[in-house]
Amino acid sequence: MEERKQMQNVATRKIVVPGELLMKGHMKPGVGTYARDGQIFAATVGILNVHGNYVNVIPLSGKYMPRVGDVIIGKIIDVAPTNWLVDINAPYPAPLHISGTPWRIEMGETQKYLNVGDMVLCEVEAVDETKRVMVTMGKPGCKKLLGGEIIEITPTKVPRVIGKGGSMINLLKNYTKCRIFVGQNGRIWIEGSVEQIAIAILAIRKIEEESHLLGLTDSIKNFLEEKTKNLTQ
Amino acid sequence: MSGIGMENKPKLVDENGRRIDGRKLDELRPIRIEAGVLKRADGSAYVEWGENKVLAAVYGPREAKPKHIQNPARAIVQCRYNMAPFSVSERKRPGPDRRSVEISKITGEVFENVLFLEMFPRASVDIFIEVLQANAGTRCAGITAASVALADAGIPMADLVPACAAGKIDGQIALDLKKEEDNYGEADLPVAIIPRTKEIVLLQMDGNMSQSEFETALNMAIDACMKIYELQKEALKNKYKGEQEVEREEVQTPKQEQR
Repeated sequence: MEERKQMQNVATRKIVVPGELLMKGHMKPGVGTYARDGQIFAATVGILNVHGNYVNVIPLSGKYMPRVGDVIIGKIIDVAPTNWLVDINAPYPAPLHISGTPWRIEMGETQKYLNVGDMVLCEVEAVDETKRVMVTMGKPGCKKLLGGEIIEITPTKVPRVIGKGGSMINLLKNYTKCRIFVGQNGRIWIEGSVEQIAIAILAIRKIEEESHLLGLTDSIKNFLEEKTKNLTQ
Repeated sequence: MSGIGMENKPKLVDENGRRIDGRKLDELRPIRIEAGVLKRADGSAYVEWGENKVLAAVYGPREAKPKHIQNPARAIVQCRYNMAPFSVSERKRPGPDRRSVEISKITGEVFENVLFLEMFPRASVDIFIEVLQANAGTRCAGITAASVALADAGIPMADLVPACAAGKIDGQIALDLKKEEDNYGEADLPVAIIPRTKEIVLLQMDGNMSQSEFETALNMAIDACMKIYELQKEALKNKYKGEQEVEREEVQTPKQEQR
């Protein structure tokens, strides 16, 4: 037990590259790792993280991979009589069927509701083994996004923008008075006045850039305080 | 040695066992690797290897198009190796030729051995290798750069792939031939390996060597690959150096709790 605790402390700040030996013996391979001959190796560039019995590598870059239950921001890229095709910022586009929308739609009337270029807040409904993804808008909160602005960040930085228990996102909302929604696929929707949006975007870019620094929440708080002070004057 | 183009053959190894650029027989040219040099690509790397300058960009995994090239079980790897018209002393006619088509193919196949392609069915991983300046050994430099670019793109892979060539000049086995040595030498042997298992993922030979010479050259190239592997790791770690300071609490991906 003592040994494992020590390992955890060492592990937290260590950066690893593919092929690097992470652990021998009794641990299990988690995300971003693979096991060969009873040893665990890194599969991506990332930060070594030991969680319970699992050895993980938190990736520092990479594409968004859809998981069931993720709430994401999608862009309509094609319209068909009974469904739409949604770009979800993953390697695969996802169909959205009319049965998964909050509206009662006649066949062939799909264009009246959503058209190419519209942004929607939707949820990943299913992902099969060939990575065919289905999205739905039938869940609470899902809607067509009107107004506001959408920016994209690296999907691996999404947890940083949200913060622990939503601390960072609440900070952003409180200071900028914007309505913000962060999709798990790295797209962020922001609504507010032009100045407020500008500040929110600056702050998010700062989070993305400095996501590795200690005391990030405090530095963003100071940043927002400074910026919003100018706003009221 | 006799043959066409051998009239002006310079002396490749002197009495002290030094080569034309002052290297020893088992010495590499200076190598510099930088990760993440291009903003638009998902991953990228730049390699300066002696007088070679090679840029690699990686896109993906992204949906493979046209649809008929998709594989429902795994991702496909598409690679393009290209030499700039100004990369060689006499202007190279732009566009793919027999040589670059071959190198594209074998480079793609090298990475099929290390990437976890089953994780991305129907997708495609696209690798672009641009040779800006060539001085022999560009396919090895290209593979070295591409594997750093793939890691930079965050694509899951079993290991980085370093590559290096060995050859035979003036009857002696030498590491990492440069242009004059390649042109006037007797043989060239590019090798790419998976460092963790020392498996060979690329092996080509141009010229003639005896079996014992081949074995010496192969071992020399593998040893050099291990050195290049260290440089690759260093390049990646340098790019993400700052990330090491991440707070432990923040590392544990919090589930989304908002709205």
